[in-house]
Amino acid sequence: MDLFNNLALGFGVAFTLQNLMYAFIGCLLGTLIGVLPGIGPLATIAMLLPATYALPPVAALIMLAGIYYGAQYGGSTTAILVNLPGESSSVVTVIDGYQMARQGRAGPALAAAGLGSFFAGCVGTLILAAFAAPLTELAFKFGPAEYFSLMILGLIGAVVLASGSLLKAVAMIVLGLLLGMVGTDVNSGVARFSFDVAELTDGIGFIVIAMGVFGYGEIISNLSKHESEREVFTASVSGLMPTKEDFKNMVPAVLRGTALGSLLGILPGGGAVMAAFAAYTLEKKTKLRPGELPFGKGNIRGVAAPEAANNAGAQTSFIPLLTLGIPPNAVMALMVGAMTIHNIQPGPQVMTSNPELFWGLIASMWIGNLMLVILNLPLIGIWIKLLSVPYRWLFPSIVLFCAIGVYSTNNTTFDIWMVGIFGFIGYVFIKLGAEPAPLLLGFILGPMMEEYLRRALLLSRGDWSVFVTRPLSASLLLAAAILLAVVLMPSVKAKREEAFVEE
Amino acid sequence: MIIKSQKDFFSGLMFMAAGVAFAWGASGYPIGKGARMGPGYFPLVLGVLLAVLGALITFKAMVVDTVDGDKVGRFAWKPLIFIIAANLVFGAALGGLPSIGLPPLGLVVGIFALTFIASNAGEEFNFKEVTILAAILATMSYAAFILLLKLQLPVWPAFVTA
Repeated sequence: MDLFNNLALGFGVAFTLQNLMYAFIGCLLGTLIGVLPGIGPLATIAMLLPATYALPPVAALIMLAGIYYGAQYGGSTTAILVNLPGESSSVVTVIDGYQMARQGRAGPALAAAGLGSFFAGCVGTLILAAFAAPLTELAFKFGPAEYFSLMILGLIGAVVLASGSLLKAVAMIVLGLLLGMVGTDVNSGVARFSFDVAELTDGIGFIVIAMGVFGYGEIISNLSKHESEREVFTASVSGLMPTKEDFKNMVPAVLRGTALGSLLGILPGGGAVMAAFAAYTLEKKTKLRPGELPFGKGNIRGVAAPEAANNAGAQTSFIPLLTLGIPPNAVMALMVGAMTIHNIQPGPQVMTSNPELFWGLIASMWIGNLMLVILNLPLIGIWIKLLSVPYRWLFPSIVLFCAIGVYSTNNTTFDIWMVGIFGFIGYVFIKLGAEPAPLLLGFILGPMMEEYLRRALLLSRGDWSVFVTRPLSASLLLAAAILLAVVLMPSVKAKREEAFVEE
Repeated sequence: MIIKSQKDFFSGLMFMAAGVAFAWGASGYPIGKGARMGPGYFPLVLGVLLAVLGALITFKAMVVDTVDGDKVGRFAWKPLIFIIAANLVFGAALGGLPSIGLPPLGLVVGIFALTFIASNAGEEFNFKEVTILAAILATMSYAAFILLLKLQLPVWPAFVTA
C-alpha cells in the first residue's frame, strides 16, 4: 500500500521533536492572532510569515500550516463569543454560534466547532494523501497550454464563488495580475513599471501587498467602528461537553459538512468560505428533528456543519497547490509565496524530488488538527481573556507586529514605505467594496500565467487555437466557460445574490 | 448625471485609471507578436481589459438602481493617517533616513514611537497607559525577535552603541 508507506514516511518526518514543536507553536500563534476580531487567516499568515524565515523549509511549512488552522479555529471562537466573525469563513458560524452563547451554551458550541473541525481535518488529510499521487501523475501530462487554461479556470472559479459583484472581482484579479508584472521581465530583462527605482526591479514583495492590504487596511477599517459595537461573552462559558442530544444532532451535520467541504475545497476558488456557506445552506434545507431549535436561534447543527466544512475545505485546498503548483485561493497564494522564499517551486515535482517535505507536510496537517483540539478546548479560558483585552491595547501591538514582519523580510526601509502605500490602497478597496482576496491571487498567478502563455504560443508558433485543440486544455476552458455561463444565468444570478445577502 | 452606486462608480473610475496607466506604460516596451511576445504584450492586453472592466462597472453604477445608493461613506482619516504614519516612523527609526541626516535609532526607540503614534488612532489616548504598553511591547519584542528569532535588527541608536 503506497498510501500507507507514504503516510508512514510523512509521520516519520513530522514526529520529530523539533517539527512537533513548530507545529505546536504555529497552532498557538495562529490561534492567538486569529482570535482577534477582524483578523482572518490571510492577515495572520502574512503577519507571522517572517517568523518562519529562519527555519528549515519543512519546519517552516509545517509551522505555516499550523498557523493557518490555528487562525481559522481562532476565528470561530471569536464568532461564537463576540458575534463578530474573526474571518470570512466563520461568517455563518456567527449566526447560530452566537445565539448559543447568549443562551449560556457557548461551551457546547465551541466543542461542536472543535470536534467537528477535527473530524473534518482527519478526513481531509486522508483525501489529500489519497489524491496527491494520481493527480501528480496527471500534472506531468500538462503542457504550458494546459497550465494556462487551468489558471483561467482557477481565476474564474475564484470570482464565481466570491461574494459580491462579479465584475469588480474580475477587475480586482486583473489588477492583481498587472501588479504581478512589476519588476524585471524574465525573458527580455526589461524592468517593467519600475520607474527606475532599484528596489522595484525585483517586483513588489507579496508580503508588502498582503500585509498592507489585509493587515493595515483591516486595522484601519476596524478602528473606524465604535468599540461599543462589540459584546463579549466572557463570564458565561461553563461546561464544555455537548449533551447526548447535541451529539445526535451534530454527527450527521458534521458528516454532511465534511463531505461538502472536501469537495468544494478542491475546486479552484472554493476553499473554506464557500464550503461554510454551502454547508449552512444544506443544513437549513434538512428537516428539523422534533424538539430541535430552529436555525438562527442557536441550533448546534448550524455551528457544527459549517465549521466541519470550512476545515475540510481548508485541508483539501492544499491539493491543487501541492500537486499542480496552482493556488486555488488567496491563502494558498500566500503559501506559494512562502514556498518560493524557501526555494521550493510548488508543483508536481515537489512530491518526487522532495518526498520528505511533501508527506511531512501532509502528516503534520493531521497533527496540527489534533493539537488544535487539545489546545483549544482546555485553554478556551485564555482565549476568552484575550478577547476581553481592550482593542486600544491590541491594535498598536498588531501594527508593530506587521512593521517588524515587513522590515525583517528584506531588511530594507523601502518595504516599509511600500506597505504604507498599500495600506492606504487596501483601505480604499474596503471603502469601495472591492474584495481584495482575488487581487492577491492574481498577483501570485500573474507572472506564472504570462510565462505559460508565452511558452504555449511559442510552441504553437503564435497559433492561439492551441488552447482549444489540445483536449485537456479545451476541457478546462470549457469548464471555465460553463462555470461563467451558469453564474450569469438570470435565475442562478438571483439565487447567488440571495445566498450571500441572506445571512 | 445621477450616480446610483457610489462605491461602484468610484471603483470603476479607479480600475479605469489603473488600466489606462498600465496599458500606457506597457506600450512603451517592445510588444512583439503572439509567437514571440515582448515584455509589453501581456501587460498591454491586461491594461486594456482592466480599463474596459472599469468602464463597465462605472456604466453599471449609473444605470442599475441600488437600495441606498451604496454610499462610500466618510473616510476614517484619523486612524488611516496615524496607523500609516506609525509604520513609516518605525521604518525610519530602524533604518535611519540618510537624506535628512537621521541616524538609525534602533528597535526600542522605534517601538516607543510606533506605539505613541498608533495609539492616537483609537478613541482615547491615555499617556500613562500608552507608556506602559510601549514598555511591555519593547521588552517582549526584544525577547521574541532578538533573543529567540535572532533577527538582524539594530536595538539601540547607532550613536549609543558605536
